[in-house]
Amino acid sequence: MSVIYLLLALSICVAIVFFVVFLLSVKRGQYDDLHSPAVRMLFEDELVEKTSNNLTSKNQKS
Amino acid sequence: MEASCYHCGDSCGKHPIVFDEKKFCCTGCKTVYELFSENDLSCYYDYAEQAGTTPEVTEKYTFLDKPEIIEKLLEFEDANIAVVNLYIPHIHCSSCIWLLENLQKLNDNIRHSQVDFPKKTVRITYKTEAYTLRELVSLLGKIGYTPYISLENLDKKKTKTDRSLFYKLGIAGFAFGNVMFLSFPEYFEVSEFWLDRYKHVFRWVMFAFSLPVVFYAAQDYFIAAYKGLRAKSLTIDVPIALGIIVLFIRSTTEIVLDIGSGFFDSLTGLVFFLLVGKFFQQKTYAFLSFERDYKSYFPIAVTRVKHQSGKIIEESIQVYEIQNGDHLLIRHNELLPVDAKLLSPEALLDYSFVTGESKSVAKTVGEKLFAGGKQLEGAIEVEALAAVEQSYLTKLWSQEIFSKDKDASYKNIITKVSRHFTWIVLLIAFVSTAIWLYLDASQALQVFTAVLIIACPCALALSAPFTLGNMLRIFGYQKFYLKNAQVIEKLAQADTLVFDKTGTMTSQEEKQITYEGVALTPEEQSLLTASLRSSNHPLSRSLYSFLQSQNITTLDSFSEEIGKGITAIKGKQEIKIGSANFVGIQTDNKLEETSVYIKMQPDYKGKYIFVNKYRKGLQTLFRRLKNNYHLVILSGDNDSQREKLMQILPSETQMFFKQSPEDKLNYIKRLQAEGKKVVMIGDGLNDAGALAQSDVGIALSENTNVFSPACDAILDATKFAALDTFLKASKKTIHIIKASFMLSFFYNVIGLYFAVTGQLSPVIAAILMPLSSISVLAFVTVYANVSAKKMGL
Repeated sequence: MSVIYLLLALSICVAIVFFVVFLLSVKRGQYDDLHSPAVRMLFEDELVEKTSNNLTSKNQKS
Repeated sequence: MEASCYHCGDSCGKHPIVFDEKKFCCTGCKTVYELFSENDLSCYYDYAEQAGTTPEVTEKYTFLDKPEIIEKLLEFEDANIAVVNLYIPHIHCSSCIWLLENLQKLNDNIRHSQVDFPKKTVRITYKTEAYTLRELVSLLGKIGYTPYISLENLDKKKTKTDRSLFYKLGIAGFAFGNVMFLSFPEYFEVSEFWLDRYKHVFRWVMFAFSLPVVFYAAQDYFIAAYKGLRAKSLTIDVPIALGIIVLFIRSTTEIVLDIGSGFFDSLTGLVFFLLVGKFFQQKTYAFLSFERDYKSYFPIAVTRVKHQSGKIIEESIQVYEIQNGDHLLIRHNELLPVDAKLLSPEALLDYSFVTGESKSVAKTVGEKLFAGGKQLEGAIEVEALAAVEQSYLTKLWSQEIFSKDKDASYKNIITKVSRHFTWIVLLIAFVSTAIWLYLDASQALQVFTAVLIIACPCALALSAPFTLGNMLRIFGYQKFYLKNAQVIEKLAQADTLVFDKTGTMTSQEEKQITYEGVALTPEEQSLLTASLRSSNHPLSRSLYSFLQSQNITTLDSFSEEIGKGITAIKGKQEIKIGSANFVGIQTDNKLEETSVYIKMQPDYKGKYIFVNKYRKGLQTLFRRLKNNYHLVILSGDNDSQREKLMQILPSETQMFFKQSPEDKLNYIKRLQAEGKKVVMIGDGLNDAGALAQSDVGIALSENTNVFSPACDAILDATKFAALDTFLKASKKTIHIIKASFMLSFFYNVIGLYFAVTGQLSPVIAAILMPLSSISVLAFVTVYANVSAKKMGL
């Protein structure tokens, strides 16, 4: 039954991973603008040139 | 039916410009369409129809060549890349997002652009080697997305968005969920073998989860409680903080001494629910600003003209550098930033920013011009009479009311209730402890902490934020945007309503046109309409649409003198349309209304008078309001409208005319000194002082894209007649909150029964706390929505 220690540790680790992902997404500004991404994803891909999204997040940090 | 423009959706009139089988209202719109189709951007029209706007052709971006201004506007810059964040009021649909995020197709030097729709901003990354900010801004102007750059941009400190509530909510929610899982087994089978063996592990893990909740997520409540105690007021935060501390200490003691499993589930749940309430109340309208002062209206830079040895030197300087005596060049559509003396022969100024009055004012050489006027026709030269801060208009902002925080001193409904609540809870706690000391001393401490835990006013603290937040949203759907939830409480207490007249009670756009003079023959009429059709002046346009001609004749000759009038010839007939001066007649008295004079050579025929219409429903609105409120009208105008107003408004209405911005502010102050709760409804910058001074300042706005002065609420002009409904709904909101208090007291009584009798187990706490909170929330949400529906909101 001592496997419960392992299971408990594992389940908490998994939970923490998701929690950290949430914190990171807040930090990157994902919750600042909830409207534009919803519209943006509906645009036709072939019309939009490849734009690198990394650029803006880098700039935000600087 | 007239066709509407393919680009902007405006009416094309009778003779649209046809291009590519599409109809356009003007060449500006056509040019934008051409530009888009050449650059594979015609999808713009697929996402939302007629999304565009007529581009504005201006040359006012010369200041964007100045390095020190550019430096302040840019967010980031290195050797060959710069990032700028521009505010574009026109952003309004998905087409806007699509176009602005494809700017790189219009110019290779633009690397990337991203729109923030709620804030109406676009962040553009561009290469600085071959491209300047000025070119970028001109490009945006050319496609109809003119960025708004004002003095405010210069002063703005880089504000960091505060995301701490998200973090706190995340932590509390995360801990709450996990603690619930971990404590679940112990709810039922306390003496089971395996559970008994491992319960210590579970308990210490729960303890670990609760640490960040208590010390990080809940810290605002401790800080607020401490501040409240120091200010000697028992705010709602005091019993909450007390509850959290007691929960934590008792639970920790229990697991250390191996007495029980503690109340970690209730603790984390409590903090989580409280934060959810806080989050819900924080409804903000990112595209509106409630903090604007003159800086958001004023330009960043102006052109200074220097006459040096016969040569004229023009240079662009920052507005703050203007000194007394400087000669300034104010171009077409530019705003005058300082009080000045006119040097050019004539000027036509629009003071609508300042007074809310859309009628333009003509000035002649030597006259004094006040800051805030917008030059309408051509460029003028002026001599500055004061620095920006010392101008007549801007001096208003040195009044102390603008530096005072209205919200800080306000005691809200929750604070009033919690004062009594806290004392009662402490009394119950001590009395029951005393009784238990007598009955069974070993239980006394348990009972004392149990009372404080169960009395922790979670439902009480949640009901107000949820009701207010809910109403805030309902108002928002109805285009009544409030700065924060507290405004609803203040609205409910109001007993005096003060209205500005021009621009608030009258509409800025709709005009009533009447004709005075000799009737025109049909030939004269058609000549008049034909001449008006060729003119772009706003008055000509509105007069043209008012006259609705049938037969269009072609003119032999047509000339327009900007700011004065039109001369047109057809056959033997010559017509002059324009100002009194232009037509060549003496006006008998200084009438305040706007008129267009008509002369058929050689005789003067008559004039069309433009009068601002009163808003629809004004009369009935005042009638509905008069029983419950003291009504006052403060107008900056003369009293020419007094008779008219007395006819349509209830006789109790007080009226004051010729009120300066300071007069308005002081009048409100006097009312407040009499103990009145004042709501001010205004629109222009001249009301800014009164809006700030009043308990609730409501700015009326015909177009929420356009700025309104600093205020507590912004009301869309179309909803003006519903003002009484909003006031009534605010009162109802307070009523709902009071009803929900009853409900949460009821839960508290049940909880206290368990606590006082010493039966409070973790299970009961874990059931009672969420149950009471959620049922109170359901109650207020349903009640608020149903009553709003009933009122027609």
